[in-house]
Amino acid sequence: MKNYETTFIVDPVLSGEEIKATAQTYVDHLTSEGCEIVHVDEMGLRQLAYPINKRTSGVYYCVEFAANAGDIVDRVELALRRDERIMRFLTVTLDKYGVKYNEDKRKGLIGKVKSKKKADKDNKRDDRRSSKSGGKKDAPKRKEAPKAAAPAPKEEEE
Amino acid sequence: MPSRDDIKFLSNPKIGQKRKKYCRFRKYGIKYIDYKDPDFLMQFVNEQGKILPRRITGNSQKYQRKVSTAIKRARHLAMLPYVTDLLK
Repeated sequence: MKNYETTFIVDPVLSGEEIKATAQTYVDHLTSEGCEIVHVDEMGLRQLAYPINKRTSGVYYCVEFAANAGDIVDRVELALRRDERIMRFLTVTLDKYGVKYNEDKRKGLIGKVKSKKKADKDNKRDDRRSSKSGGKKDAPKRKEAPKAAAPAPKEEEE
Repeated sequence: MPSRDDIKFLSNPKIGQKRKKYCRFRKYGIKYIDYKDPDFLMQFVNEQGKILPRRITGNSQKYQRKVSTAIKRARHLAMLPYVTDLLK
């Protein structure tokens, strides 16, 4: 058993049902070939980085599946190539880390970790900014300090 | 005689020291680089969308190869551009 991942872009001109039907045909195709579908990720409508077939956006689908024989990939890719509704596709063999990554992503671990990292960075930046801006804010306060001398030093201690 | 401790530098002597580069994948234990995450891969391309060399990113050879593969896959799927200007 090897794990594969097929990502394809569906033409966005089609109606929502047609797009879903297109994706479903390939899922059915894979199951009829005896593959085990691990997950179907509907990534939704995204802007393309460059135009393909004069389209600037596309609906992304990502199907992860496990197959015994690799020739299934050839057959699925042939079907994808013949289909006019598919703008692009890419099939990748997943190694053990890729499988684990996708599992974690489904559980929501990875997005959170990254967002945490980003959040941390943002927080640090914000802290720096706030400390800087705080310093700037403090400066006028100190000018006002003689009027309210007691509260200002407390804030600094905190 | 004045010793070295007595010398006061006009500028901070540590100012010219370079920060040591490291491979972030080894450091944080990232084993798999997702080609469907263009925001992450953006860190490894320059403004024209070219892949940055190892001497700038500090990646180890193993992960630099994986990064470049992931970027090329993302380009094929139109998640990253092949050629552009003012990407960032």
